[in-house]
Amino acid sequence: MPEKPDQIAIDVRHVTKVFGFGPDKVHALKDVSVAIRENEFFTLLGPSGCGKTTLLRLIAGFDFPTDGEILLHGQDIAPLPPYKRPVNTVFQSYALFPHLTVAQNIAFGLEMLGRPRAEIDARVSQMLTLVRMEELRNRSTAQISGGQQQRVALARALAPQPKVLLLDEPLSALDFKLRKEMQIELKRLQHETGITFIFVTHDQEEALTMSDRIAVMSAGNILQVGSPKDIYDRPAVRFVADFIGETNFLEAAMVSSTKDRASVRLGSGAVIDASVPKGFSPSGKVTVVIRPEHARLADDGGELSGRLANIVYFGTDTHFHVDLDGGGSFIVRQQNTRDESRRAQEGDKVSIVVGTGAAQVLRD
Amino acid sequence: MASAAETARKAERDDIRKRWLLSAPALLIIFFAAAGPLGIVIVYSFLEPGSYGDVRWSFSTDAWVSVVLQRDIFDETLSIADAHVAIFWRSVTLSLATTVFAFIFGFPTAYFIATRPERTRALWLFLITIPFWTNLLIRTFAIQEVIRNEGLFNIVLLKLGLISTPIQIIYTDTAIMIGMIYVYLPLMVLPLYASMEKLDFRLVEAGYDLYATRFQVLRRIILPMVKPGIVAGSILVFIPSLGAYVTPRILGGGRNLMLGNLIELQFGQGRNWPLGASLSITLLIIVLAALLIYIRYAGTGARNHG
Repeated sequence: MPEKPDQIAIDVRHVTKVFGFGPDKVHALKDVSVAIRENEFFTLLGPSGCGKTTLLRLIAGFDFPTDGEILLHGQDIAPLPPYKRPVNTVFQSYALFPHLTVAQNIAFGLEMLGRPRAEIDARVSQMLTLVRMEELRNRSTAQISGGQQQRVALARALAPQPKVLLLDEPLSALDFKLRKEMQIELKRLQHETGITFIFVTHDQEEALTMSDRIAVMSAGNILQVGSPKDIYDRPAVRFVADFIGETNFLEAAMVSSTKDRASVRLGSGAVIDASVPKGFSPSGKVTVVIRPEHARLADDGGELSGRLANIVYFGTDTHFHVDLDGGGSFIVRQQNTRDESRRAQEGDKVSIVVGTGAAQVLRD
Repeated sequence: MASAAETARKAERDDIRKRWLLSAPALLIIFFAAAGPLGIVIVYSFLEPGSYGDVRWSFSTDAWVSVVLQRDIFDETLSIADAHVAIFWRSVTLSLATTVFAFIFGFPTAYFIATRPERTRALWLFLITIPFWTNLLIRTFAIQEVIRNEGLFNIVLLKLGLISTPIQIIYTDTAIMIGMIYVYLPLMVLPLYASMEKLDFRLVEAGYDLYATRFQVLRRIILPMVKPGIVAGSILVFIPSLGAYVTPRILGGGRNLMLGNLIELQFGQGRNWPLGASLSITLLIIVLAALLIYIRYAGTGARNHG
């Protein structure tokens, strides 16, 4: 992956958005700040109603913040109408103009910008090639498939060469296989155009596979911003750990800590090493998380022990649900091989070995 | 198997017979109340007038000639019937103006209603249709009360000192137009609303996102997409305006005739039923021509936009 320049494209500063009045007031965004770098594939991830689409609409200009600033390359764009922002959107519903052809849809933004006809034609052809839709240029948008509509929507938003492209759950209407294809396609487009992409999704897998960085949102707040690996391996709070992937939560007591490392004593009495979120100094009782694939089953000698309650076979891997001796449960995920020499049975006593650096202390 | 096929055929025959039976009342009404009388009117237009109304049963094209031409009383030369042509002209221009103004007033109204929350739209639509519950005569007299020289409009302006003598509106073409706009406005608003309600407002956002200003969004996105409503509303306003009778009669004061009044005149005081009949057919032809032009225009428009 090429080095991303650290210049900031979109700087969201203390943005609050309130909808409605009086008792119907809804705080969609609560003092949100985030800096999105130039040429970055940035994802806003969260469940529905977390405020991710609201933030996107504020950047697009369809709504205006109740408080705060949104800077685009240092200039406050929050008060500008959408047609004065060099930002384009790919809508969840695509919102293609049904009375225009594929090519006319793509040309629309350039026409509104008053570009010369020759330039528009050249750019439309270029866009059609980019999204591999050359043959369908004169089709009506009703005559093409969902995946093709998606490509037209992308081409239409990219044609005016925006500084930032906003994508509002653009893949949610596609079936599984097409979605996988489009994920790769989107990465390719972002790479080829060098435009900053801000992508909204509730699909954690989509976020992990496509993004340079992810902001996890919940209830109008950004909980954590980081690379997919950061977010997955080092979740700072319970919501992030829980929302992304499967995870095991364990109660533990602090033994000692340095700046970003800590020793914690688990319920079983074992003391393990754990990483700590930046700028957080834990004490007393804490919660640690361990991903199921960062632990493995053993006959003995592990930090945790228990009885195997359930074995769930997934094809690529197997989940072992263990009832821990001190109470609580723990899931271990193991990659399947065709080596059948050693097989645990439900009801077996097992020991769980936690990998080095697998544990993470949560802030809450 | 043969009997099964037989049964199927019989069921189909029964089905067809049932359909004819069910549509018979409607077909009878259409024939006796519309097609039949229309035939009589066509026949009458080729007869001679009776002395006290009615018709004399001898073939003549005089009525058709006098639709646009008049015979000089002294030397029997033919010249253009200025009065008739003026009335045709007034009818067409007033109806066009009424349609245009109904659109200008109706479009924002329909847009307003279509953008209200769903639960309040029914109320707004109800308010639009309230005038329909009132008799046309009463509504027209109400308009007269407002715009006549001693009416509300002039009194208010006089009292405010904005004018020193009443503005003559009543018994002018303007009065007729105001009356017709008022009467036919709902016929413009309702089809406009129907097509705007189906409008996906995310397309409007997409337009703004792609650098279109408010006016460009209106012209390039909203208008093309609500075109069916515009066409329907314009037809619904233009056609009844063309044949309007009560409104020009009351607000035009019998001086500014429209086609409807001219036709009534021929069947009444004029005692020239064949002329009345040929004028009626002429009106019908104008209406059909207008419809054809409109459908043609709407059709090519739709093709242009793919």
